[in-house]
Amino acid sequence: MTEPQIDETTGVPTMGHEWDGIQELDNPMPRWWLWTFYTCIVFAIGYCIVYPAIPLLNSATKGTFGWTSHGQLAEETAKAQAARASTLAALAKVDITTLDPRSPLMHAAIEGGRAAFKINCAACHGSGAAGAKGYPNLNDDDWLWGGSRTEVHQTLVHGIRQPGDDATRTSQMPAFGRDGILKPDEIQDLTSFVRLVSRQEKSSSSAKRGAVLYAANCAMCHGADAKGGRQFGAPNLSDSIWLYGGDRDALTATITNARYGVMPAWGNKLDAATLNMLTAYIHSLGGGE
Amino acid sequence: MNARPSGLPAKRPKLYASRTDIFPRAIDGFYRRLKWGVMAVTLAIYYLTPWLSWNRGPYAPDQAVLVDLAHRRFYFFAIEIWPHEFYYVAGLLVMAGIGLFLVTTTVGRAWCGYACPQTVWTDLFLHIERAIDGDRNAQQRLKRAPWTASKIGRRALKHGIWLIVGLLTGGAWVFYFADAPTLARDIVHGDAAYVVYATIAILTAMTYVFGGFMREQVCLYMCPWPRIQGAMLDERSLIVTYKDWRGEPRSHGLKRSEDSGDCIDCQACVQVCPVGIDIRDGAQFACITCALCIDACDEVMAKVDRPRGLIHYATLEDCKAEAAGAPPVPIWRTLFRPRTLIYFAIWGAIGLAMMFAVGARARLDLSIAHDRNPLWVQLSGGAIRNAYTIKVRNMESRPRRLRITMEGLGQGRMWDSLSDAATATRVLEFTVAPDQVDERRIYVRAPAAGEARQAFRFVLTAADGGKDTARDNARFDRPET
Repeated sequence: MTEPQIDETTGVPTMGHEWDGIQELDNPMPRWWLWTFYTCIVFAIGYCIVYPAIPLLNSATKGTFGWTSHGQLAEETAKAQAARASTLAALAKVDITTLDPRSPLMHAAIEGGRAAFKINCAACHGSGAAGAKGYPNLNDDDWLWGGSRTEVHQTLVHGIRQPGDDATRTSQMPAFGRDGILKPDEIQDLTSFVRLVSRQEKSSSSAKRGAVLYAANCAMCHGADAKGGRQFGAPNLSDSIWLYGGDRDALTATITNARYGVMPAWGNKLDAATLNMLTAYIHSLGGGE
Repeated sequence: MNARPSGLPAKRPKLYASRTDIFPRAIDGFYRRLKWGVMAVTLAIYYLTPWLSWNRGPYAPDQAVLVDLAHRRFYFFAIEIWPHEFYYVAGLLVMAGIGLFLVTTTVGRAWCGYACPQTVWTDLFLHIERAIDGDRNAQQRLKRAPWTASKIGRRALKHGIWLIVGLLTGGAWVFYFADAPTLARDIVHGDAAYVVYATIAILTAMTYVFGGFMREQVCLYMCPWPRIQGAMLDERSLIVTYKDWRGEPRSHGLKRSEDSGDCIDCQACVQVCPVGIDIRDGAQFACITCALCIDACDEVMAKVDRPRGLIHYATLEDCKAEAAGAPPVPIWRTLFRPRTLIYFAIWGAIGLAMMFAVGARARLDLSIAHDRNPLWVQLSGGAIRNAYTIKVRNMESRPRRLRITMEGLGQGRMWDSLSDAATATRVLEFTVAPDQVDERRIYVRAPAAGEARQAFRFVLTAADGGKDTARDNARFDRPET
């Protein structure tokens, strides 16, 4: 720190600060700058009065405007809901099974369904609706109960094996092994036959024995050609899609114990618009019929 | 280091200084007329541009310059910029930056002195002030005068006109962002959006305060450009210079002697200065090089029968030569030198490159987003299906019939959400509305046997005779085996 001096070039006093021979001039600041500063202080005081600002022991001052971040969120949520109320009202009333797939309302339904799916369905079917073992993939072209919008809507509303819902989807495959209907070696023959019709194994004597067993025990529901029966919820056994796996162990387990998958009946949990949106979304995934 | 130079006492200045009123005197001359011209042109560009129309056909707005924020389009005469083409605007900004360098190294702070909005509007406000209050002396008298009815009336009139100018300025700004005639009607009828009125109010206040009160304070304390100048100017840049070797020592009035310089200390250069400096103190950051002191001094030099150009545009280098006895260097000589030519070359190259890029840019665009969840879907027949969300941009103001085909993935067949998987083909055709992005899902089916990640391409071509194409890379995923 040097003594303040007069800078020769400008005639302005220096601050007395010096770095490597460079000195800082002491020019006065403009007065309006000071007034701007005072204005900011006044504004800040006013701000602290009208908005929540000063922390207290357990809370903070409330502010005279009564503003809260929760209140703002509620307000904006209400505004957003009001903005889409008319679309949702239309979606609640529309017959989703006949709605034109090109219409803007269908577009809105699919996008709304995408969101509703993530909240209600993704836990089992996955966020991309690709399913998992025991939970069907909704993207593919294989449907247990039908992939038309009418069928999808029906499944959604009434669920699968929902007690107390008369229209719920129910299929009753016997537990052939556990209930003693078939012996273990017969189940192995049946497994060979199912793997033959799904082109996973070549023909064998075991499969030939299985064919006879199939005709007697399974063809009633799964069809003589093993292509399944949607009225019973009986899966197509000749295709490449397996809900519980198509390997020997999985098939043996299925025939022995049967599988009784369940799905909630969403009809009494979700509103009409959401059910319509979910229907549209699921149908739009690529496998819709 | 610690010695006090010249033994001068170092008295602490005050921490804050009030603004000293500046009453620039009216002056006429070459540079004043040049400034009139520049002011007329720049103000006309600002106020009139939104009202120019440009026919773009039935599907696009017909305003020549329009920043359509709601639809995310920027129209500039024949050029339409989409958000993803914003780099053209960035290119313009780069050009503006280089242009400023170019102008500064050649003609000094010509931007500050002539074209900067702060200068132009302050000038406009000064003229209004003179028209009502009279010239410098009358204004000073009026300021000292008591608050009579006449003074109050004049003050009210002046501030009223200033506010109207401010209102027109703020009002003109919003027309760049919407259809001008419609918006003008809405504003008058009170139907315009709240944000329109807020913008006008803010810009009106800004114009009024900056033009009427802040004036040179904006240049001195708020604008970074005067501080950057120091780095931009060199000893061969034109600046407004008092030729002290000619002017000094100053004589006062008629008391002239043999060794008197040409400066008669008449203060004309100080009186006309809009930033209130004395150019005779030498080059200084506060000088915006408006050149009005040149006009003022030339007028006086003519009266006292001395050669003009005691204050003139000159470079520091020329000043040195001239002081040593060389004749004055004409201005145009200083314009052409390597530094200015290099800046000009860069500026011109960017400009040409951008013109070429704009001229050759595609007005169709295709972008493919592969579904990631799930990557692939096993179909019951054994084949694998992938899904893609495609975005087709039709950047022309007419509907287009477009065709999508596949390049590679020979056994792949595709369909979209509106067609049937059973009729899958390798060609999809559809119409895209003018100036729109068409988003649709495309499904592609291919046999399960093959690479786990097979690259192919979607190609977008015009089915309506256009020659433009676009393509994007895609990938077909299969389960890992």
